[in-house]
Amino acid sequence: MSVRSFVGGIHPSYYKEFTAGMSITPARPPSQVIIPLHQNIGAPCEAVVQVGDEVKVGQKIGEPKGFVSAPIFASVSGKVTKIEPYNHPLGNPVTAIFIENDGLDTPFEGMQPGKPLEELTSDEIKQIAKDAGLVGLGGATFPTHVKLAPPPDIAIDTVIINAAECEPFLTADHALMLERADDIVYGLKAFMKALGATKGIIGIEDNKPDAIANMQKAVEKSRGEYDIEIHTLHTKYPQGAEKMLIKATTGREVPPGALPMAVNVVNQNTGTAVAMAEAIKLGKPLYERVITVTGPGIRKPGNLLVKNGTLVKDIIKQCGGMKDNARKLILGGPMMGLAQPTDDVPVIKGTSGVLILTEEFVQEYPISACIKCGKCVEVCPMNLLPNFIASASEKQRMDLAEKYGAMDCFECGSCTYTCPAKRPLVQWIRIAKGEIAASRRK
Amino acid sequence: MDFVLAVVIIGGLGLIIGGFLAYSALRFAVDEDPRVETICDLLPGANCGACGFAGCADYAEKAVKGEVALDCCIPGGKDVCNSISEVMGVESTASADKKIAEVRCVGTNEVARNKFYYQGVPDCKAAMMYGKGFKACQYGCLGLGTCVEVCPFDAMHMGDNGLPVVDAESCTGCGICAKACPRDVIYIVNANRTGKVILCNSKDRGKAVSDVCEVGCIGCKACIKGCPQEAIAVENNLASIDSDKCNDCGECLDFCKRDAMRDVVKIAVG
Repeated sequence: MSVRSFVGGIHPSYYKEFTAGMSITPARPPSQVIIPLHQNIGAPCEAVVQVGDEVKVGQKIGEPKGFVSAPIFASVSGKVTKIEPYNHPLGNPVTAIFIENDGLDTPFEGMQPGKPLEELTSDEIKQIAKDAGLVGLGGATFPTHVKLAPPPDIAIDTVIINAAECEPFLTADHALMLERADDIVYGLKAFMKALGATKGIIGIEDNKPDAIANMQKAVEKSRGEYDIEIHTLHTKYPQGAEKMLIKATTGREVPPGALPMAVNVVNQNTGTAVAMAEAIKLGKPLYERVITVTGPGIRKPGNLLVKNGTLVKDIIKQCGGMKDNARKLILGGPMMGLAQPTDDVPVIKGTSGVLILTEEFVQEYPISACIKCGKCVEVCPMNLLPNFIASASEKQRMDLAEKYGAMDCFECGSCTYTCPAKRPLVQWIRIAKGEIAASRRK
Repeated sequence: MDFVLAVVIIGGLGLIIGGFLAYSALRFAVDEDPRVETICDLLPGANCGACGFAGCADYAEKAVKGEVALDCCIPGGKDVCNSISEVMGVESTASADKKIAEVRCVGTNEVARNKFYYQGVPDCKAAMMYGKGFKACQYGCLGLGTCVEVCPFDAMHMGDNGLPVVDAESCTGCGICAKACPRDVIYIVNANRTGKVILCNSKDRGKAVSDVCEVGCIGCKACIKGCPQEAIAVENNLASIDSDKCNDCGECLDFCKRDAMRDVVKIAVG
């Protein structure tokens, strides 16, 4: 089988060995969960429970306030003790529901297995995805039901499961492919049926041969019924980025500023496929997910099944705590994850990893002038000129930054990674994107 | 012979082209009100944009057309307004007060706590993208110098203690820094006021302030009791001093348990 890829990108050290091949273990139930009411791209939720209410596992506690939004569910059973703003992985405090765990794990009565996939219609699948609060679990947390409802004039022919897991350190999707291969395929079939797509593709990087073999076996079972292919991808960052993955697997190029729908493709994450399968088979909404707890700074790394709203410090404690030389905490991977000022922050739907870096990984270099070497241009998977955009942004020339295509940057960080002058290119581009977006809104 | 020919040809060309240029200058001359240039010369020429126009020339043009008021130039202040009005032959509407920028934060690197160590683009707006800034106090100055960068009059400089210092002589009160500051900690105030001033911007409750800063105002209201002039008020957990009432007696300093109460920067007001 040929190995597929895209132009550009980088080859960082992958450090997957910390947790690769480790089985998924359920995290210790926390004594309290703090569930923020804003966990997806789009509108936040409104609390539908009050302080003092008893809630059960899987009970809806947050009702979405818009179409591009997803409900939020209790991850433990117990009493709602507080509803007030609390730390959030994205930085600003967000209203959160505090639930004291009674340790009983009483399931909500509404969580019942529905009809099997064969009997479900397209609309029913979309409704299940919406009711289960599914969002993209790769980190962007785009509500799944919105992706499953393209405008009527666009016919989706291909659904791609993003199993590349190109971020260094993270192995949550890898673990899912080893343990939940059937559910991933089930989820993919549900997505295909909901969208009326004829082709399903699962893209996996070639540094996970065991996962490729395992997925192949799972796909074989439904041969003849669904047209699903496994695509082996070149191990390169950012292979799992939406547009790169589409280019690598289908050869189609998503136009600037457009969504994958424009080329009749929908992407879904591995974790989302599993959550979709669980929502159909068990009626289980999205209240827990697999998280990779890893990095040189943690004593006992692992792939944990963590309940939504668990505090990161509880997870770290469970994994043996931080080593003495730990310096930086990142939620997600090292390339696109969010550095945190505190470990007193809850895990949300989009948290794919807890990464703890040590001193030698966070060395500081002075920012120097651009030497025009062009390395960032070579690696940019979007074929942009990161040096030009960043310099324009540095000099407050947002008009120039826009002209150079700042808005097409999806902040993969390849340019900053490769820059020999140690320029924080992505941060400058992010400033430009923020200001351009603000001026467009005016 | 060759020499003469060359002089004739070049000289002739020069005459023809010169004549053409002279003709064009007359034929295509743009009628411009001479007052635009006069006013443009009177304006400070920093093109700071504080008036709300694209630059000094743009403002001068609009002022001559009578489209805008003549007191828009903040850096120029009273003097410039007077002279523009003279050129335009109208009565000056200048307000008497010179303005100045004031950084309402005394949380230096030594006394204000940081939430985390920031590593990245050295700019306050950039730092604000991560957890609303690294300074634990959400109202305090970040000290990365966005205001210093944008000041068109070179009137702001970053002090060694991590807070910008306003050069009262050069500052024109144009307000560009106040607009650029992502923490809104810079205020434009009357330059000729006297007495004491509270250099703190924190609207947090006392406990929250003392957790993150050793000097910030905790809104305890002790200074109100201490002020014989009744010039101090506390609103949103933050004291403020009415400079019209304050007579600079300094009694309040004995009552204040913190250290955000300072003397107004004294400048010579012309």
